[in-house]
Amino acid sequence: MKIPEIAQLIKAEICTKKHNPETDILSACSADLMSDVMAFSKSNALLLTGLVNPQVIRTAEMMDIKAVVFVRGKKPLESMINMAEEKGIALLATDYPLFVASGKLYKNGICGRGE
Amino acid sequence: MSTIVRDYTIPANDFTIAGEASSSVRKILSQLGVSPDVVKRTSIAMYEAEINAVIHGNGGMAHVEIDKNKIYIRISDEGPGIADLNLAMQEGYSTAPDSIREMGFGAGMGLSNIKKNADVLDIETEINKGTIVNITVFFKRE
Ligand SMILES: Nc1ncnc2c1ncn2[C@@H]1O[C@H](COP(=O)(O)OP(=O)(O)OP(=O)(O)O)[C@@H](O)[C@H]1O
Ligand SMILES: [Mg+2]
Repeated sequence: MKIPEIAQLIKAEICTKKHNPETDILSACSADLMSDVMAFSKSNALLLTGLVNPQVIRTAEMMDIKAVVFVRGKKPLESMINMAEEKGIALLATDYPLFVASGKLYKNGICGRGE
Repeated sequence: MSTIVRDYTIPANDFTIAGEASSSVRKILSQLGVSPDVVKRTSIAMYEAEINAVIHGNGGMAHVEIDKNKIYIRISDEGPGIADLNLAMQEGYSTAPDSIREMGFGAGMGLSNIKKNADVLDIETEINKGTIVNITVFFKRE
């Protein structure tokens, strides 16, 4: 699933100015603990999280995560947006809580299995 | 290919910089055309060790050697050391304070995750002297 479609499904704002149009999300991981994210092994993945700090972007980079959704109205800081753009990671922000945002994406075909 | 050697300083308690060394090594490996699976395993192992040096070891150093067949990473710190390494290796064991938990770390998963992703892991640690984490990842699995 492409980033604009994801944004539409969870009524999210795309915070990064540019994102890779090729990015095609196949799986997702919802977590507030970066330790849990580090144990996630799927590729072409999206991260949904309520945690907002630069380590989220760094963790996404290490895990080859292509996009991060901040839930419950949290907004990434300017420095995080710059960092993400540099690494080609898309950042999105939605007002939905973690469970609801995850559920909407799951229902529409991102079921966490991926490749 | 001649050996590529890199050294990095890992600042203590600086969460905005934590991960810079791993990020830089990741870029080098990608540019060398190392397979994405190996890049990811290396990144995970090095990043966990780097974060540990920041959180638990008062910062430290990363030394990296890349040759044709493998990458060797040494993360060293002069922190408090690990009293019981077997216990520390267990999933869920953590001495991280709440302030670290709020940053999303401190689940006690790091060392076991390093072990899972490295081909060779050797940890030297001494109380009040410090900790050295030696990680090797081979580019092709024999
Ligand atoms: N470099 C180090 N110096 C001193 N103690 C360490 C070091 N690395 C790990 N430890 C000890 O081992 C414990 C387990 O480490 P591990 O990386 O598995 O978990 P964590 O860092 O606490 O949490 P997580 O890695 O999930 O964020 C730590 O809580 C700490 O007590
Ligand atoms: Mg750790």
